[in-house]
Amino acid sequence: MINFGFSINRARTIDLDRNNLRKSNEIIGEMPELQACIGCGSCTASCTAGNLTEFNFRKVHTLVRRGEYQGAYEEMNKCMLCGKCRLVCPRGINTRGIVMLIKRKLGDF
Amino acid sequence: MKHVIVIGGGVAGMQCASELLRQNIAVTIVEKQQCIGGKIRNWHKLFPSFTPADEVLAAMQQKLTTHNNLTIRTGCEATCITPQKVTLSSGEELRCDATVIATGFTLFDATVKEEYGYGIYDNVITSAELEQMFNEKNVHLKQGGEPKRIAILHCVGSRDEKVCQRHCSKVCCVTGVKQAIELKKMFPTADVFNFYMDMRMFGPGYEEMYREAQTSHNIHFVRGRISEVSPTFNNRLQIKAEDTLTGRPLKMGVDMLVLLVGMKANAHNTTLAKDCNLTLQPSGFMQPKDSFLGNVASNVEGVFYAGAITAPKNIGESINEGTAAARGVVEWLEKR
Ligand SMILES: Cc1cc2nc3c(=O)[nH]c(=O)nc-3n(C[C@H](O)[C@H](O)[C@H](O)COP(=O)(O)OP(=O)(O)OC[C@H]3O[C@@H](n4cnc5c(N)ncnc54)[C@H](O)[C@@H]3O)c2cc1C
Ligand code: SF4
Ligand code: SF4
Ligand code: SF4
Repeated sequence: MINFGFSINRARTIDLDRNNLRKSNEIIGEMPELQACIGCGSCTASCTAGNLTEFNFRKVHTLVRRGEYQGAYEEMNKCMLCGKCRLVCPRGINTRGIVMLIKRKLGDF
Repeated sequence: MKHVIVIGGGVAGMQCASELLRQNIAVTIVEKQQCIGGKIRNWHKLFPSFTPADEVLAAMQQKLTTHNNLTIRTGCEATCITPQKVTLSSGEELRCDATVIATGFTLFDATVKEEYGYGIYDNVITSAELEQMFNEKNVHLKQGGEPKRIAILHCVGSRDEKVCQRHCSKVCCVTGVKQAIELKKMFPTADVFNFYMDMRMFGPGYEEMYREAQTSHNIHFVRGRISEVSPTFNNRLQIKAEDTLTGRPLKMGVDMLVLLVGMKANAHNTTLAKDCNLTLQPSGFMQPKDSFLGNVASNVEGVFYAGAITAPKNIGESINEGTAAARGVVEWLEKR
């Protein structure tokens, strides 16, 4: 391809009219407790993987709920399933279960 | 017999009047509107218990109907208020031994926030209008039909330097959660999104109701303020915000946008401050004598406050202040 010396950026906007929310609805349907997240970041703060890599559990599951699946599976693969996040979540969310569920649902993305 | 004038017949004023009557004090309620009850006359069901507002109102009115020492002057607006005299806009002067100001608050006028399109686009409504629609059992789109996607925006006319309202209106977060649940019950297949800045669930049972909204009703909460609303070709509303928890801009089409309008100080408060030597807070609400020991007293001896006149409050707090103000009045009358 000819290199014209410029590129077009992909829009960063989350467009809820375009995003296919089917998977997201399935995930919330199976574990409605995920909707109880208050975005406190305790999970990310205590996360073993998050302290060593860019992995941010809170952000990834929030994006998944908005129908942004790109890269979510790969991100969740960084999780070591240590379960520390579950110990700290003030909303009592089975966070490790969420990791497993998202991986199961988005394996083909 | 001593005579006290209560200005404003909302829940705070009604409670104060009934407590004073119990103490054998004659009371005159001066109310601007054609009937007493205040703002809650327009509300449908009350947070957090979903009790019909009518029930609360009827119980309070019941306490007042049995008294002969009560005069209710509706359709009368008080202009100047001193401990011994209340002047009405008609020029008439009423004499008394003490006064209680319970004139409440004013709803923020959503047309001021033009970017949200209230009064410009169909289907942008305020939380107060939604209560009205619930009461009339008539929630629908302007063009007819049911909404499939609804957004509820918090902090409209509150915490906003641009409209000179720095304070938090306190009850709109919980009202937004309550209305989201009611809408979801009415339209189970619709998606409801609350756009919030902070969730301020200050009262007993409120946080629990928030959680219930999230997990039992699948209401979506997005942290971010809607920046603008525009119409789409198919008569929907396009909204834009930042999903601050993911750090990404977000947009979507909705059928209905509910603006949680704030509680603003009455414009009349400024006149009260000037003409009656009462002090104002920077927010425009009246300044109580002391934040701890004198919540229902004013800086003028013999003039008391009750309810949302001093700050945004819920109904329970306003009613309690009605009782406290009556107690303050009795103590003051005894001293003299
Ligand atoms: C959309 C919305 C929903 C709400 N829902 C709930 C809920 O579910 N549960 C809850 O606990 N709280 C709720 N609230 C809060 C509730 O409305 C207030 O707590 C309550 O109305 C305060 O009562 P008040 O008597 O102090 O003032 P108001 O209700 O404002 O009454 C003041 C009265 O004084 C009169 N008045 C004003 N100026 C004058 C004057 N110069 N002369 C004579 N009369 C005058 C007015 O006409 C009015 O009748 C809600 C608020 C809003 C905005
Ligand atoms: S279970 Fe995974 S997400 Fe949770 S703290 Fe451990 S590594 Fe992080
Ligand atoms: S700890 Fe729980 S509530 Fe807090 S951000 Fe993580 S999942 Fe959400
Ligand atoms: S109660 Fe909530 S919606 Fe209302 S002004 Fe405060 S933060 Fe905003």
